[in-house]
Amino acid sequence: MDMRILLTLSLLAAPALAQNAPIRVDINAGIAQPLPVAIPVFAPANAAATEAGTPAELGARIAGVISADLKSSGLFRPIDPAAFTTTVTAASTTNPDYAAWRTVAAQALVTGTVTANADGGITLACYAYDVFAGAELARQGFVTTAAGWRRAAHKCADLVYSRLTGESGYFDSRIVYVAETGARTKRIKRLAVMDQDGASHRFLTSGQNLVLTPRFAPGSQTLTYMSFEGNRPRVWLYTLGSGKQEALGSFASMTFAPRFSPDGSALVFSMAVGGNTDVYRMNIASRAVTRLTTAPGIDTSPSFSPDGSRIVFESDRGGAQQLYVMGADGSGQSRISFGEGRSASPVWSPRGDLIAFTRMGGGRFGIGVMRPDGSGERLLTNGYQDEGATWSPNGRVILFFRSSRSGKVDLYSIDLSGQNERAIPTPLDGSDPAWSPLLP
Amino acid sequence: MVRNSVMLPLLAIALLGLSACGGKKPLPEAPPVETRPEAPMAPTEAPPQGETQTPVGTTIAPGSLADFVAQAGSDTVLFAYDSYELDDAARAILIRQAQWLARYPGVRVTVEGHADERGTREYNLALGDRRATSAKNFLAAQGVATARLATISYGKERPAVDGSDEAAFAQNRRAVSALTGAQ
Repeated sequence: MDMRILLTLSLLAAPALAQNAPIRVDINAGIAQPLPVAIPVFAPANAAATEAGTPAELGARIAGVISADLKSSGLFRPIDPAAFTTTVTAASTTNPDYAAWRTVAAQALVTGTVTANADGGITLACYAYDVFAGAELARQGFVTTAAGWRRAAHKCADLVYSRLTGESGYFDSRIVYVAETGARTKRIKRLAVMDQDGASHRFLTSGQNLVLTPRFAPGSQTLTYMSFEGNRPRVWLYTLGSGKQEALGSFASMTFAPRFSPDGSALVFSMAVGGNTDVYRMNIASRAVTRLTTAPGIDTSPSFSPDGSRIVFESDRGGAQQLYVMGADGSGQSRISFGEGRSASPVWSPRGDLIAFTRMGGGRFGIGVMRPDGSGERLLTNGYQDEGATWSPNGRVILFFRSSRSGKVDLYSIDLSGQNERAIPTPLDGSDPAWSPLLP
Repeated sequence: MVRNSVMLPLLAIALLGLSACGGKKPLPEAPPVETRPEAPMAPTEAPPQGETQTPVGTTIAPGSLADFVAQAGSDTVLFAYDSYELDDAARAILIRQAQWLARYPGVRVTVEGHADERGTREYNLALGDRRATSAKNFLAAQGVATARLATISYGKERPAVDGSDEAAFAQNRRAVSALTGAQ
């Protein structure tokens, strides 16, 4: 997998930012009024060919990727290019015809240039403007290999999202998940990875072994997951660059539910010993294992807080599945969920402010969020079975999987506001998604 | 070098990237691979009786999986929702399984624990382990040597019946005694 990117460039003459930021997307208001944005084809700065196409061809594709990214957030409404009354040339990129963009009611303009470099790579220059104020909002240049044009486009979209919402972006990121096919009684499951927008999809395992619950390490280059290889269910590591797969430890009992610590040095996971499941922590370098829970019940689905100081997990020690928080050393275990039904599979937001979880009750599963002290609980989704929440890198969007009674299983995302629920297309059925951090 | 139309000096901040990892051959220690029948039989799938051309008894080899199922009544015991308690029917089957195992001391058992789909993935792996352990411990209490007994949990990953109604769920909440070394 080509992770080579990117020389990030400040295009000097830092923008004289519009005073009092006339346009701003209120991220908490959801999709009530998505911001109309014009994203014309990026202008070719020269005509040299690259292995991915000419700058003109790449300029069109890059505008398409940025448009799709911004639209998917639910916060922006890209204007149909057929309505545009002007085109952008390399010369006019830094001097937009604001009057022409006002005629199509664009509030923001995202534009730029694509240059084929002498080394075969490209430079993408990305600009955002406030059309009504007639002012530049942001600019950034990205130098990458020709094949890296998609990532450069995602970084441009992240720049726009970030400048207009005040939050960090999430478009230059990946999703690992389990691709499913076949009868429910002998389901074939394979690890698969794709860009956040579904591009660059590839399968990582053959389907010979049952695999579950892949999760990214902080650097997004390593996964941890569970495999039944050799009828010995346990936690594994997968290195994306090399395809190397390695079983973690040689326990006599089943290990599962793995997640990395925020610094990547440790894993938390569960081990089931004689009917009793507890949470353990392993130092990856030394393989030293520490037992964190000892309750005679099922303690599982551990997830670190982003500062690494605490762990949220589920336990049925009180009679049924509920959420608990403890120190990273297992100290101070206390229950935080008290709502109706059962609460399970907690995942701490990368912002640290919320925990997403699965709520079960009345024969249905939904995805909810609550603060780490258990307050402010809100349910965002409701399905036959909505399960397996994972956070976007900026903590604004939750990805999950939805099972139907027919056995169909698909990935969905929903905004933290509870709006903009979207199906995420995958080549096969999909489950157990995990969102990567923002790529470097 | 082609000039960037932006015509501004470009300030390189940092070259970010990740080096590829070394290409060492990935091999976990090879775990022992057990061979066993692929699809464990559910109680409703007991050996055919009456459909075969020859009478039952002449087609079932003593010491075989079919013999085990016929003698014990089933290779499978069922559980209530979110429970790992063995009810009377389950105990009766396990007692007969243990009696059969006493006659064939060379046979080993891996008890496979399963859950229906109405639970989260990771919890159900733990629940399957509880069910398999319940059945295993009961067999051990009936005199089957623990060295002959192992467990594995499949959680909700391998339902016996494809369906999302109570009839299917009831068949899927189960522990299956898979034999190794049977005839």
